[in-house]
Amino acid sequence: MGFDWTLFFESLGPIALAGLKGTIPLALSSFALGLALAVVVALMRISRNKVLSSIARGYVSVIRGTPLLVQLFVIFYGLPSVGVTLDPWPSAIIAFSLNVGGYAAEVIRAAILSVPKGQWEAGYTIGMSRTTTLRRLILPQAARVSVPPLSNTFISLVKDTSLASLILVNEAFKEAQNIAAFSQKFMVIYLAAALVYWVFCTVLSAGQNQLEKKLDRYVAH
Amino acid sequence: MSPTESAPMLRVSDLQKSFGDHQVLRSIDLAVEPGEVLALIGPSGSGKTTVLRCLNGLEHPDGGNVAFASGPVVDFSAKTTKRQRDSLRTRSAMVFQSYNLFPHMTVLQNVIEGPVTVQKRKRADAVAEAEQLLERVGLGAKKAAYPHELSGGQQQRVGIVRALALKPSLLLFDEPTSALDPELVGDVLTVIKELAEEGWTMVLVTHELAFAREVADEVVFMDGGVVVERGHPDQVLREPREDRTRQFVHRLLNPF
Ligand SMILES: Nc1ncnc2c1ncn2[C@@H]1O[C@H](COP(=O)(O)OP(=O)(O)OP(=O)(O)O)[C@@H](O)[C@H]1O
Ligand SMILES: [Mg+2]
Repeated sequence: MGFDWTLFFESLGPIALAGLKGTIPLALSSFALGLALAVVVALMRISRNKVLSSIARGYVSVIRGTPLLVQLFVIFYGLPSVGVTLDPWPSAIIAFSLNVGGYAAEVIRAAILSVPKGQWEAGYTIGMSRTTTLRRLILPQAARVSVPPLSNTFISLVKDTSLASLILVNEAFKEAQNIAAFSQKFMVIYLAAALVYWVFCTVLSAGQNQLEKKLDRYVAH
Repeated sequence: MSPTESAPMLRVSDLQKSFGDHQVLRSIDLAVEPGEVLALIGPSGSGKTTVLRCLNGLEHPDGGNVAFASGPVVDFSAKTTKRQRDSLRTRSAMVFQSYNLFPHMTVLQNVIEGPVTVQKRKRADAVAEAEQLLERVGLGAKKAAYPHELSGGQQQRVGIVRALALKPSLLLFDEPTSALDPELVGDVLTVIKELAEEGWTMVLVTHELAFAREVADEVVFMDGGVVVERGHPDQVLREPREDRTRQFVHRLLNPF
């Protein structure tokens, strides 16, 4: 039995469309929320308040020490047993945001710590408080350092959203599974899905390179 | 003190600072008159930078008194809050050895950041003043450049202008030229000399003894956490009374 090229090309359209309508919005919204969470967690982590920094450390440890799939299942299949029932989309967004929050927090924390001590002192010496120094001087510099690793986090997230198919979110991989179940041509359909993800990620990597080049202009090496 | 005599602008008495077991400042006394240039010299590790950092509230001294005539007065022998320590910064501005310019801001933004963000002055006024100051140190054309596009000497001049823009009573210089290539030192020293002639009050940590002799009104030689000798530059640098000063000056003037 030969490779069904017709089916391969015919299924690319619906899978890509589900990608645009499911995968990308899911990744974008989870990334935005996760990033906001990550900034808060990173600031808690470097805070001199022991309670805040312990909470942040515990959170990061749990997120990084457990599988994303388990996190997803706890939220979608586990929470209903304690009376919290969420639809697939909110469940997925919450799970992915919490996950990104844990990983990106470590990236941002490392970036903040990479800003030389002299920058803090220069801020203090012109009369800034710790908070103002952080906001005006340290975070903008940390943001530049964080762009490459955070772009990688985002690209991983785009691929990881395929797990949401397991909690019935209609994204690219769920669409592929539907077509595969109907046609029984698993190799053809899953290779088509792989191609769609590969195109998405390649485009995003190109965007990442552009962004880094742009930021490089303002940063000394 | 007689009533006609003006109080020193800054008086430091019995300043103490340890890092762990290491007592870096045992007891430092300094008095700086308005318009005076005080040069602080001493061997590496003698605590010169630590003195400046204490004056600027970047370190928390373990004891001693730092008093500006027009306030604040902070007595570190009693329990002192961080807020009290930070208040010292309203009087002085620091020029760092390694410049510490903000790399993500242009030269102009570096200079107006303090006046606008901290002192809440009108942006237009701050910009006009910053441009004037930059012009004065020969960097008028560089206001839109980023720090990494400048030479070390240019960066340090921006560092000086950033300090001036805060309108401090006291300028603190920590070896402002020691990170520079020799051919760039002159430009920066010229700026500092002009500021001294203009009447700025400053404490200058330096290894450039010839320069100290030229601009300083008083030279203070520190070693072992105390002031070993102080006096007129010609006296301290040419006819030191103390052996330790003599050895230090001799070694610095004859390195080989
Ligand atoms: N944050 C710190 N923690 C521990 N030790 C410190 C700290 N800062 C300074 N020291 C120590 O205090 C001593 C004095 O340091 P300081 O930088 O004030 O000396 P200095 O006179 O400026 O020397 P140099 O001429 O080399 O700049 C040194 O032995 C230094 O190692
Ligand atoms: Mg020093």
